[in-house]
Amino acid sequence: MLKILKYSFYDLMRSRWSYVYFFFYLLLGIVLLFLNNNLSKAVITLMNVIITLVPLIGTIFGVMYYYNSKEFTELLLAQPVKRTSIFLGQYFGVALSLSMSLILGLGLPFVFYGVFMSSAIWDFVLLLITGTFLTLIFTALAFNIALANENKIKGFGYAILLWLFMAVIYDGIFLMSLMFFEDYPLDKFSLIATMFNPIDLSRVLILLKLDISALLGYTGAVFQKFFGTNFGFVVSTAVLSIWVLIPTYFIKKQASKKDF
Amino acid sequence: MKLFYILLFTLFLSFPKQSAYGNTLEVCSSCEYKSIKVAIAQAQDFDTIVIKKGLYKEMNIVIDKPLTLIGENYPVIDGEFKGEIITITSDNVTVDGLFIINVGTSYTEDYAAIRVIKSKNFLIQNLKLEKLFFGIFLEKSSDGKVFHNNIIGDAVEEYNSGNGIQLWYCKNIEIDQNIVTHVRDGIYLEFSDFCKITNNKSRENIRYGLHFMFSNDDLYQNNIFQNNGAGVAVMFSKRIKMYDNLFKDNWGSASYGVLLKEINDSEIIGNTFETNTIGINIEGTNRIIYKNNHFTGNGWAIKFRGACYANNFTENNFLYNSFDLSYNSKLNDNKFDHNYWSSYTGYDLDKNGIGDVPYRPVKLFSYIVNRTPETIILLRSLFIDIIDFSEKVSPVFTPDNLLDNYPQMKIITND
Amino acid sequence: MIEIKELHKKFGKNQVLKGVDLDINQGGIFAILGPNGSGKTTLIKSVLGMVIPQSGTININGKTIKKDWKYRKEIDYLPQIANFPNNLSVKELIKMIKDLRANYTQKDLELIELFKLEPFLNKKLGNLSGGTKQKVNLVLTFMFDSPLIILDEPTTGLDPIALIRLKGLINSEKEKGKTILITSHIMSFVEEISDEIVFLLEGKIYFKGTISELKSKTDQPDFEHAIASILTQSYA
Repeated sequence: MLKILKYSFYDLMRSRWSYVYFFFYLLLGIVLLFLNNNLSKAVITLMNVIITLVPLIGTIFGVMYYYNSKEFTELLLAQPVKRTSIFLGQYFGVALSLSMSLILGLGLPFVFYGVFMSSAIWDFVLLLITGTFLTLIFTALAFNIALANENKIKGFGYAILLWLFMAVIYDGIFLMSLMFFEDYPLDKFSLIATMFNPIDLSRVLILLKLDISALLGYTGAVFQKFFGTNFGFVVSTAVLSIWVLIPTYFIKKQASKKDF
Repeated sequence: MKLFYILLFTLFLSFPKQSAYGNTLEVCSSCEYKSIKVAIAQAQDFDTIVIKKGLYKEMNIVIDKPLTLIGENYPVIDGEFKGEIITITSDNVTVDGLFIINVGTSYTEDYAAIRVIKSKNFLIQNLKLEKLFFGIFLEKSSDGKVFHNNIIGDAVEEYNSGNGIQLWYCKNIEIDQNIVTHVRDGIYLEFSDFCKITNNKSRENIRYGLHFMFSNDDLYQNNIFQNNGAGVAVMFSKRIKMYDNLFKDNWGSASYGVLLKEINDSEIIGNTFETNTIGINIEGTNRIIYKNNHFTGNGWAIKFRGACYANNFTENNFLYNSFDLSYNSKLNDNKFDHNYWSSYTGYDLDKNGIGDVPYRPVKLFSYIVNRTPETIILLRSLFIDIIDFSEKVSPVFTPDNLLDNYPQMKIITND
Repeated sequence: MIEIKELHKKFGKNQVLKGVDLDINQGGIFAILGPNGSGKTTLIKSVLGMVIPQSGTININGKTIKKDWKYRKEIDYLPQIANFPNNLSVKELIKMIKDLRANYTQKDLELIELFKLEPFLNKKLGNLSGGTKQKVNLVLTFMFDSPLIILDEPTTGLDPIALIRLKGLINSEKEKGKTILITSHIMSFVEEISDEIVFLLEGKIYFKGTISELKSKTDQPDFEHAIASILTQSYA
């Protein structure tokens, strides 16, 4: 698997999209920091970028890579290589190169700005960690979509829909149901609903750092426990990891069943 | 009552003014006086009692004549949890440099480490109080000073704990440079006017860092209120001046930097509200000037709960609060001008330092959260940003005229 | 060498293999023939593990290939359409495949020489013509010395000289005692090169034997007509 990962990674490193992605983040980091000259504001804007753009790019890129490397995949399938390692290798290759573009692209300007000297370092590190998580999750979901759909156009369509659903529609439904059932105790429900959407989950993980003072304004005991202690952080991180593991498992499962 | 004061005053005048030229009595295990009580009983007016280092298991020490009690190297007075320790009933008393511990706890009596009753011109300074019920309790007293005391309680529950410094029907008291932690209310003023509360640190108290009730014309300045159960509460008072204080880390569902309730004609200037659940909670307050305050990283910088008229917010900085303003009515009679809002996204084409587009500090989402608190979990979601944006473009739920017409482009720096 | 029993494969509603039984012994060249859509490629891909059959077993050297991948070390496969990652160069591709198989053979140099590929070594695969790609494909297939070689339409896009070289190559491999499976539409090529024919029709083995046996069975004087007669019979 490591060999496949290596080749996928090299392949991507020489693809111009990785650079586009990298330079986009680099530019974003520079604009946010050096034009605005304000670390706290930059961190807040970055959060918005990370929870919307990273999943979008993860899905699109994952689907695109899968379809574009079909030839490569077929070549590999006839080689004495384990099937699942081919797909997992490719998946990790994509996810890794995307994460690297993200971490380096944003990291460099922040390092030059002196984030290590500031108190925002942990907010920033948390942003990068959740960004990496989201990349892993959405690339895995994209691979699943692509594996299930031979038709490229369909695959892209589903990928965009997935993103749209997770990033916008889900929260819309979530909000509506909270307002509709407002007479009932909802804190458990809302936390569970958060767990089912990795974007919401990452958002909450970042909120724990950026907006903890607002989150503690709610009286429910479950919220209090979740936000007021390390419990929330631990649970969110654990569930995010599960969100990586499950789609990865399904890549494995689909890969070992599919015909080429 | 008035008659009583006049009586007291004439009584005070009738004493011969030997004052500071009194004798010095020493108290220690090997001294002539082995107990403080005995020394007080023996002392003449305006004598000085020096208490040497040591442990004194005494309580109900009543200072009923103008004396100066000075501790040398912090002698410990241990009340053994039996009741009140020192009670001052005379004018012109100074208590200085004592370490008072183990005040008795009671559900019927407010035992204090040191209590001043109906006295004037007292000075209570450099005390250390630990294991207490109430700390320094001033009742019906005036013209005194509480300076540089260190009060460390061990309160856990509200119902069986007392306040650090409490004023009840007092006038002209200065409370300066005290540190109060782990009690119920750090500093509590009730029916106390013309007091100055300056340079104190009040933190980690289980209820309020500072609590005002029915007290007018008071000033509090340069204090730090941090991590108190419910922050600072100022209620039913007039003409309060709040300058240059720091309100920080007051977290919780009923926790505020400042809770203002029925406050009129006051000034809140130059304060910093940092990472509180609610910076200022406003209810039934009128004609208050908010100027040059910094609201940084609060859940809600300012939360209006209704019946607030003619308040004026000008030249404040609102930085990275989850919500800058929460408003519960469609009417607005308050002014918000020339503030800096970090979430302002307008532009300044004429380069006059003022944004060309007015800023709307109330977001639709803050309404939603007011209605259904659980929705807070959707904070900063893309969907919320979208509905906030649409509300900004065409306000439906937020007051139409709640605008900062002169939003500043740069952070306002004072002086 | 290869034992296939009761192999069934369906793609959606389309039943492609309907119980294939086939034994192929070690040594010799076997041509798998059949009309379009008869399941030749599916059969080959099943042997390679790229297609997963609904039922039936495939044993190679006595071991089942189900859930195994190491047996592919013993197989060299030439895919029908030479699909390669476009942004790799020929040289890198060869290096990569060697690395993946952990087999650092030097035979590729010989083959590059044979097919005159030196000028293309540093070119990106995306920029090569179909014929050149097929030559690269051949190099990748023949550079490992595996006992089983599977060639799916090996002649596609080759010029006459390359075709002659390919035939020579196949024969020399046969002489080493290897088993070679070929599918092709070029009957003359099949007739010239193969020892035995496996004829697939409607997802089943219709005939297995030598060309002369086929001729006598169909009563036709030459190979092409023999094939044609099978097809007309089946369509009739």
